[in-house]
Amino acid sequence: MKKQRPVNLQLNTISFPPAAITSILHRITGVAMFFALMFVIWAWATSVSSEGGFIFVQQQMAGPLGKFVAIGTISALTYHILGGVRHMIMDMGYWEELKSGDISAKSIIAAWIALTILVGVILW
Amino acid sequence: MVTGQASLKRNGVQDYVTTRATAIIMTAFSLLMGWFFITTPEITYTVWNDLFSGLTMKVFTLLTLVSIMFHIRIGMWQVLTDYVKAPGLRAFIQFSINLVAFVYVIIGLFVLWSV
Repeated sequence: MKKQRPVNLQLNTISFPPAAITSILHRITGVAMFFALMFVIWAWATSVSSEGGFIFVQQQMAGPLGKFVAIGTISALTYHILGGVRHMIMDMGYWEELKSGDISAKSIIAAWIALTILVGVILW
Repeated sequence: MVTGQASLKRNGVQDYVTTRATAIIMTAFSLLMGWFFITTPEITYTVWNDLFSGLTMKVFTLLTLVSIMFHIRIGMWQVLTDYVKAPGLRAFIQFSINLVAFVYVIIGLFVLWSV
């Protein structure tokens, strides 16, 4: 019995189903958002407090680094929200079967990529 | 038997509900901000400052920051308990993360106070 259990946990040799990829992406974007919030809250606190701060943040956001951070943050947030909505739909008992779960997982990844490209084009 | 009702001890159901309740608040705030950035033709300092000067927006912003703190506490605990096995190291990382999450709220409070 025990011998038949998979003991190979070398991640690069395991093929991940879409649901597993959405799960790990939800974790990665969640952790990324925690760190991204440092920039978001700094930018918000500085820009809303004084006119000089607002101009300074505006200048930073216009540079390549600022744009990269902004697009990355919005991208991570977009994915985390899409993944979260999928989670809550599954909480209500839908998309829990293999096929529907597969479709919903692929759909949110596709929607995320499309939205990231859209935001990237607008902000860059 | 002493129950954990009055203590700060959490349980799975509480974590489950808190994650989702805070998620709804944060999603609503994100959508509002997205809508603001899309529909405002030109965002100047006056427009930006005015947005956060009303009481409703101050309450919503602080509510979102508190939601972020609770969401971080639960989410990061879930991730850390899976990947960081050493108890001392995990306690230290969790303490640091929870501290930063609390600082986010305090910064928000003082910034909103002065707007």
